[in-house]
Amino acid sequence: MGELAAFIILSALTLIPAVVVVTSGNVVRAAMSLIPSFLGVTGLFVLLGAEFVAGIQILIYAGAIAVLILFVIMLTEGGTGLAIRQLNEQRLPGIVVAGALTAGFVVLVVRTAWPLAAGALPASNVTAIGTAFLTDFILAFEISSLVLLVSLVGALVIARKEL
Amino acid sequence: MRLDWLYVAVFAVVGIVMAALPLAIVWLLAPRANLPQKRMTYESGVVPFGQAWAQFNIRYYLFALIFVLFEVEVIYLFPWAVIFRQLGAFAFVEAVLFIVILGVGLLYAWRKGALEWV
Amino acid sequence: MEILKAIVETVLLFTFLAVVTAMLGVYLERKISGWIQSRLGPKHVGPQGLLQTVADTVKLLQKEHITPLNADAPTFNVAPILVAVAGLLAWMIIPFGPAFGRIIMVRDINIGLLFFLAMASLIVIGILLGGWASNNKYALLGGFRSAAQMISYEIPLALALMVPIMMAGTLSTRGIVEAQAGSIWNWYIFGGPFEWYLAIPGVIAFVVFLTAATAETNRIPFDLPEAESELVAGYFSEYTGMRFALFQLGEYAEAFGMSALAAVLFLGGWHGPWLPGILWFFIKMFALVFFLMWARWTYPRLRLDQLLNLSWKGLVPLGFLLVLVTGWMLV
Repeated sequence: MGELAAFIILSALTLIPAVVVVTSGNVVRAAMSLIPSFLGVTGLFVLLGAEFVAGIQILIYAGAIAVLILFVIMLTEGGTGLAIRQLNEQRLPGIVVAGALTAGFVVLVVRTAWPLAAGALPASNVTAIGTAFLTDFILAFEISSLVLLVSLVGALVIARKEL
Repeated sequence: MRLDWLYVAVFAVVGIVMAALPLAIVWLLAPRANLPQKRMTYESGVVPFGQAWAQFNIRYYLFALIFVLFEVEVIYLFPWAVIFRQLGAFAFVEAVLFIVILGVGLLYAWRKGALEWV
Repeated sequence: MEILKAIVETVLLFTFLAVVTAMLGVYLERKISGWIQSRLGPKHVGPQGLLQTVADTVKLLQKEHITPLNADAPTFNVAPILVAVAGLLAWMIIPFGPAFGRIIMVRDINIGLLFFLAMASLIVIGILLGGWASNNKYALLGGFRSAAQMISYEIPLALALMVPIMMAGTLSTRGIVEAQAGSIWNWYIFGGPFEWYLAIPGVIAFVVFLTAATAETNRIPFDLPEAESELVAGYFSEYTGMRFALFQLGEYAEAFGMSALAAVLFLGGWHGPWLPGILWFFIKMFALVFFLMWARWTYPRLRLDQLLNLSWKGLVPLGFLLVLVTGWMLV
């Protein structure tokens, strides 16, 4: 019961700001609305028992990505982005595509047989993730460092071209 | 574990209420006088020139970009640091590889002058 | 039932932060500044001016709310609350010490240190939004500087945290303190219960942590975001009355929180000879707070490029090296 209530509240916390993100005419307001949305997702991760991912969600998304997005918007022409037309005119195609996607997801969710016996959660997320990283998923761990390196180089190449 | 986060939620909600409370008290107690000059932004005594929301130095953005990548890397190190002593030398070699690869990234950014504030 | 308990604890912690970190913090700041400059500091309200900040708070409570005409009013109001609440939440994982047969701390969250870092990163958002919403050039510039500075120093901060985490093998603050039990030489700054040479990364990590923490909390010599001689008051130029006080509360809560965390991670938390544990914790925390205030009158403010260089070309490579060296010594 408590879990359902928490889920509903957190979903509302995630979705209502998300609607603002899409519909707001002020770009900075839209970017700011991402933050409560990210925090709502954090709560959903907690409900799933994924504490470590919840921590990452705040640290990376609310703390880093949101700052990055706000920087980009505040640094662009006009500062507020108020001069930029943010809402697009193609409402009808948008609604059709969103509707089709929703229908597709509903079918997918209903048709999938969700296995319920997931087993017990480990006492500590972080230890379990660390063990997995260094034993079974060692290659993924190392390759992720390469991916980070490539994205760093790529980001610098693209960003510096514009300077 | 759930209980911990219930506390976090309660702390956030009650914290917001407690932080907003003095604002409400001020709203009740404080005098109000509506002078247009008072509501001007401060600009060293002169009448503000235009909006403050103008374009600023793009360098800030570059640092934010590098920051995001290194933040992700540090996040990867957290589970490693927790488990490290139980796994010993093997885990250490793993981390050396991981950090050296990203050290190359830092060196690249450094050499390319992305860490320069000009 | 648990919810009721949580509400009571929130009220207690919030009051603690308002009275001890904000009010006492501002008083100490002024008094210590006075001593260092051969002045007396606040002296007239109460014994030795102890009630000065109480009087200031009462005064602030009667001040009018001024929202600048061009400001983005909702954001302008939300930003100080966000900063204060993030400061409050960060304190949830600080263990005060044993009293009444248990360890006084709000919650021993499994991802403790990560949670603290996450809350510190929310403060960045509050400051950036506050600076932006004011629609004042000084405030916006202060907000940008603050955000750039805080994100730059978050990496060395996290890397310095890595050393105690590796030694203790846990993210829980309570677990880290308990791993430093025993003699004074078991504190992580002295290498913990391992070989003596681990004191080398221990001391360096402590210094890196304190430097990064000073920068994270926007204190002199890293106070560029509020540099009063160039930016008026930085990101809170336009803030008046209680909203200004909330920003101050958040800042002082974070500064004290960083000092408390340094005491917990490197100086053995509540452990210490003779005196009761909780007293030790407060002694260590206030000693570090005093150190921060001392540094304020010792070093001049850095330039923005020096500040960023110190982090990206100094502390970040040093932090990575530190993690590697500690790992090598512990293997």
